[in-house]
Amino acid sequence: MSKLFPKSANKLPLQIVIYLFVLGGIATAGVSYYMTPSYTRIGYAPTQPVPFSHALHAGQLGLDCRYCHVGVDKGPASTIPTAQTCMNCHNQVKLDSPLLAVVRESYETGDPVPWVKVHQVPDYVYFNHSAHITRGVSCVECHGRVDQMDTVTHAKSLSMSFCLDCHRNPEAAVRPLDKVTDLAWEHPEGKAGQLRDGAKFVHDWNVKPPQSCSGCHR
Amino acid sequence: MRNVYLVTALAVVLLVSVLGLRGTVFTAPPMDVFPEWAFPGMKRQSKYKPQASSKLFADGRADRPLPAGVVAANYGPLGRPLQSDSHLLSGKLADGSFARGFPESIEVNRQFLEQGRERYSIYCAPCHGALGDGNGITKSYGMGATPTYHDERLREIAEGEILNTILHGKGNMLSYADKLTIEESWAVIAYVRALQLAQHASPADVPAAHKPSLGIK
Repeated sequence: MSKLFPKSANKLPLQIVIYLFVLGGIATAGVSYYMTPSYTRIGYAPTQPVPFSHALHAGQLGLDCRYCHVGVDKGPASTIPTAQTCMNCHNQVKLDSPLLAVVRESYETGDPVPWVKVHQVPDYVYFNHSAHITRGVSCVECHGRVDQMDTVTHAKSLSMSFCLDCHRNPEAAVRPLDKVTDLAWEHPEGKAGQLRDGAKFVHDWNVKPPQSCSGCHR
Repeated sequence: MRNVYLVTALAVVLLVSVLGLRGTVFTAPPMDVFPEWAFPGMKRQSKYKPQASSKLFADGRADRPLPAGVVAANYGPLGRPLQSDSHLLSGKLADGSFARGFPESIEVNRQFLEQGRERYSIYCAPCHGALGDGNGITKSYGMGATPTYHDERLREIAEGEILNTILHGKGNMLSYADKLTIEESWAVIAYVRALQLAQHASPADVPAAHKPSLGIK
């Protein structure tokens, strides 16, 4: 009787199992690298209807974040400013700039400027801006150095583990209340000082970040 | 078997070169890993979030503007019911003249002034300057003449008229009623008064205990 299979076929089952493990490893690595917000969202910098530069307004001029984002310390949403907010200055500065035509039209008609939303959490996430801002969590923790961005770019992943990292160790992020919108601020004594003072703020202000599901989901 | 590994390696190289690395800046809408058509109603639920768009209304806005003549129920100091204190809400007395002094429901204390300083620094200082002298940062970018608070007219102005200016604007200054609540507006007014006092004080105004340390006899 002639041989149907060569002798090397004896090793084939083992080789297939090993290959499946390799393939599984590649798939796991690929999914965790490419299917998470660190890849899908970080770096998102849509083209906006008006080329508004935060680097100029917040960085160079030093306008406080709250000058435009009025609702941020009063309620859940950090509101996008009305065209009137722009016109507070641009009724005198760069009056005829074609770049501002959309803003002027919005101011006259009342129709909103069609800004493109950059940071977007799923609808089952109930994030409250004021709860963070009024307890010393700076804008920079989630939005990065917006005061250095000409075009707003998604800087942090805003994934659930990103939230939980901070909710488990709030002392690493909680800072003095008058430094919340100072995006460049770092504790003068570095990390050790931040942890020491952060722990003090967490205690004094009774900061208890929820880690239960219903803290953020409902 | 070697060929299988070779093909796998090629596939990985191809995938990485197509998808790129993390942190690359891009303008196209982000990839949706769990798209709505496959998992409907979770990430994008049928509800409106603040400042969202709506297909239901002709102007496309989910936030509805108030119909003409309607007064919002929470108008006035945050969390308080509608009230009719015209001194507090409009800075005017019953006869239409501007009220002097602070309304009864407002207590001017240290904490109130600190609140005023914070709000002033955010909303007023860009034009009026940290000292209230009209030399804010916007001046060097072409903003017209912002008046100083430290002249006779503005030192004598009624508090109610300052509130009226905050609420309705004046000249090139637009309304700040959407940025400051009524209470915050009064806090800013108190802080403006403090600024005026600071810039128009004489040695006689310094408490005796502090005179030696400032070198005042």
